[in-house]
Amino acid sequence: MSAGVELDGVTVRFGNFTAVNNANLNIKGGEFFSFLGPSGCGKTTILRTVSGFLDPSAGHVRIGGQDMAGIGPNKRPTALIFQNLALFPLMSVADNITYGLRVRGLSRADRDKRATELLELIALPGQGQKLVSELSGGQKQRVAIARALAVEPQVLLLDEPLSALDLKLRQHMRNELRAIQQRVGITFIYITHDQGEALTMSDRIAVMSDGVIEQVADGKSVYDSPETAFVASFVGENNPFPGKVASASGDSAIIETPFGKLRGLNPKKLKAGDNAILFVRPESLKLGKGPDGSTFATPVLNAAFEGNMTHVFMKGAGKKNITVTVGRHGGTAIPASGENGTVHYDPALGLVLPEGKMARE
Amino acid sequence: MSSRALAFLVPAIVILAFWLMSRWEARQGHDPTHKSFFERNGTVLGIAFVGLVAFWTLFLVTLPYLYMVVESFHPRLPPAKRGGPEDIATIAQYTSFFVNPTDGAWNTTHMYAFVYTIVVSAAVTFINLCICYPLAYYMAQSGTTQKVRLLMLGLIVPYWVNEILRAFSIRLLLASKGLINQGLMGIGITDAPIDFLGNNTGMWVGLSYANLLIMIFPLYNAIESLDKNQIEAARDLGAPWWKIHRDVVIPYAKPGIASGCTMVFMLAAGSLAAPLFLGGPRTLWFTSIVYDFFFQAFNWPRGSAYAFILLAACIAFVMFMLRLFKVKLGEAIR
Repeated sequence: MSAGVELDGVTVRFGNFTAVNNANLNIKGGEFFSFLGPSGCGKTTILRTVSGFLDPSAGHVRIGGQDMAGIGPNKRPTALIFQNLALFPLMSVADNITYGLRVRGLSRADRDKRATELLELIALPGQGQKLVSELSGGQKQRVAIARALAVEPQVLLLDEPLSALDLKLRQHMRNELRAIQQRVGITFIYITHDQGEALTMSDRIAVMSDGVIEQVADGKSVYDSPETAFVASFVGENNPFPGKVASASGDSAIIETPFGKLRGLNPKKLKAGDNAILFVRPESLKLGKGPDGSTFATPVLNAAFEGNMTHVFMKGAGKKNITVTVGRHGGTAIPASGENGTVHYDPALGLVLPEGKMARE
Repeated sequence: MSSRALAFLVPAIVILAFWLMSRWEARQGHDPTHKSFFERNGTVLGIAFVGLVAFWTLFLVTLPYLYMVVESFHPRLPPAKRGGPEDIATIAQYTSFFVNPTDGAWNTTHMYAFVYTIVVSAAVTFINLCICYPLAYYMAQSGTTQKVRLLMLGLIVPYWVNEILRAFSIRLLLASKGLINQGLMGIGITDAPIDFLGNNTGMWVGLSYANLLIMIFPLYNAIESLDKNQIEAARDLGAPWWKIHRDVVIPYAKPGIASGCTMVFMLAAGSLAAPLFLGGPRTLWFTSIVYDFFFQAFNWPRGSAYAFILLAACIAFVMFMLRLFKVKLGEAIR
C-alpha cells in the first residue's frame, strides 16, 4: 500500500536560521518524487521532517491524509535510507534486513521467510548469513533498501543513498531503484543534489534553494520551462544574458543585453523596463549568422572536443563564459581562439525570466 | 641455595638470556644500514635509558612482586631465624586461609570475608554500570556540548580531592547527626537517625562513588564512536528506546562495558579506604585483613599469600565474566 505525503505550510527553523520556509506540496501515492538542490538548501531537513526526526516549527505534515504531529519516527508508516546507509555492523545481513520485523515481535521462522524473499528481491539470494562488512558498496546499498522495505512502509525516504558509490555503479543503481519502486508500488521520496539522478528516476521533481521550493514539475518541464532564474541556472547547463526588457508583445519579449537586443519567450509576462535574464542552453546556440534579434558576436576563447560533441567557450558579458555545444556533424567550422565568432539561436528556445538568484557554479 | 636467592637470580638469568639471544640474532642477520641503539642515541644517553628502564622494571616492578611470591611460601620467622633450618618452603600460608592453623577448624571468618568482598565488589560494579551507562550515553550522544562539559567538570572535580578526605566527607554526610539524617528527621520521614554507617550503606556509597569515573570513561569512549544514524535507523524501523539500547548501543559498547567493569571490579575488591572508614564495625573486608597481616600482625608471609589468593580469584572471576559475555580480553583492555 502506498500513501501520499502532503506538506502544508511546513516551516522548520533552527534558532534564527530558517532551513525550510513555507513548503507546500502534495506528493501523490506511488509517485517517485525527488527533492533536488545544492547542499544546504533544506532538502534533508524536509526528509527528516517527513520521517519524524524533526518537528516542523509551523505547518503540518500529512501522510495518507493523517496529520503526523506528535507521532514519532518509530510509529510513522515511513522508512528512511540514510546517506551512509547506517547498517548495523554487528548483525548479519539477514538480521539487518529483518530488524524492523524483530522489534515488531515476529517469530524467527517468519523473519527467516521474509529475509529469503527480500534477499531474492535485491538479487542477493543465499547471502543472509554474511556480515555487512563482507559486502561490496552496491550490495550494502541493496541491503539498506531491503531493510527499509521489510517493514512494508507506505513511503520510502531516500537521503542521497547513491552518493557514496562510484559512477558506473551509481548509474546502474538508478535503474535498479526505479525498477524496485515500480515493483513495490510505494511512494519514494528521493533527496539528491545530482540532477542526473533526479531527471532520470523521478515522476516529479521539487527544485529547492535556500529553504524555498522554487518549482515543482516533471523532469522535462523543469529542464525546458524553468520558472525562476535559479532553476534555469541549476538544472542543466545554461547561458544567462542579463539585461532589461526593451519591449514585450504576445508570448515573447526583447531584452537589451550587452550583446545587443535579443529575443526570447516571455512566460512570466514581464513588461518593458523590468530587469530580466535571457537564458539560452548551449545545445540551442548555433554558430553562424541568423535573423536579427537572435544573433550576436563575441570572441572565441577555446574549444573542448568531447568526441560526440564539442564545447566552444566564448567570451561572456560577466565572468561566466558563453558555452556553445556543437554536434559532431554541425557543418559550421569552429573559429580559431581569439577570432570573433557569430552565434544565433531559435527565439522559441530562448527564455526571458525575472532577475533572481542564480545557482553557484 | 635458598629459594629467596633463587627469586633474585631468575630475573638476572632471563635478562642475560634475552641479551644473548639479541646478540645472536644481530650476528645472524647483519644489516649494515641498521644503527644500533647506542649508535643512534650516543653511549651516555643510551646507558642512561637502558639503566633507567632496567631499574624501573627490575627493582620497582618485578623484584617486589617476586619477593612477595617467595615470601608467601615461607613460614613466619623472627629475623634471627631467617635462612636457618626452620626456613623451609611451605604452602602453610595458603592452607591457613582454609584451615585455621591454631585449632585446625575451618577458617570461616576469612573465607566469609573473601566471598563477601567478591560479591560486594561485583554488586558495586553492577551498580556503577547502571549509574554510568545513562550518564555516558547522555554525554556521548544526546547532550549539548555545553551541558556535557559542565557534567564532565562536575564528575572530575571531586576527584581532585584526596580519597581519604572524600571518604570522611561521605561519613560526615551519613553520620547519625549528619546532614542526611538531620534532613530526614526534619521532614519527618524518620524519628530516630538511621545508622547508615553501621548497616554498610556508607561503604556501598563510598565504593560506588570512588569508582564512578573509572566506569564512565570507557563507556563514554565506546558510545561516543557509535554513528548517530544507527540509533536513528533503529528508531525509524520501529524500535522503542529500550530495544535500541538492547540491540544497537549495548552490543556496540560491549568492549567499553567490559573494560569499565573489569577495572571497577578489580579496584573495588582491592580498595581499603571506603570499607575501612565507611563500613560497619562488624564488616570484614578482605583487603583490610591483608592490610592487618602486614601492618598489625607483621605476618608478611601470610599477608602476601592472602593477597595472591585475592588476585587469583579476581582474575579468574573477570576471565569467567568475559567468557560469559563473549568479550575477548584484547577488546576489554583496549
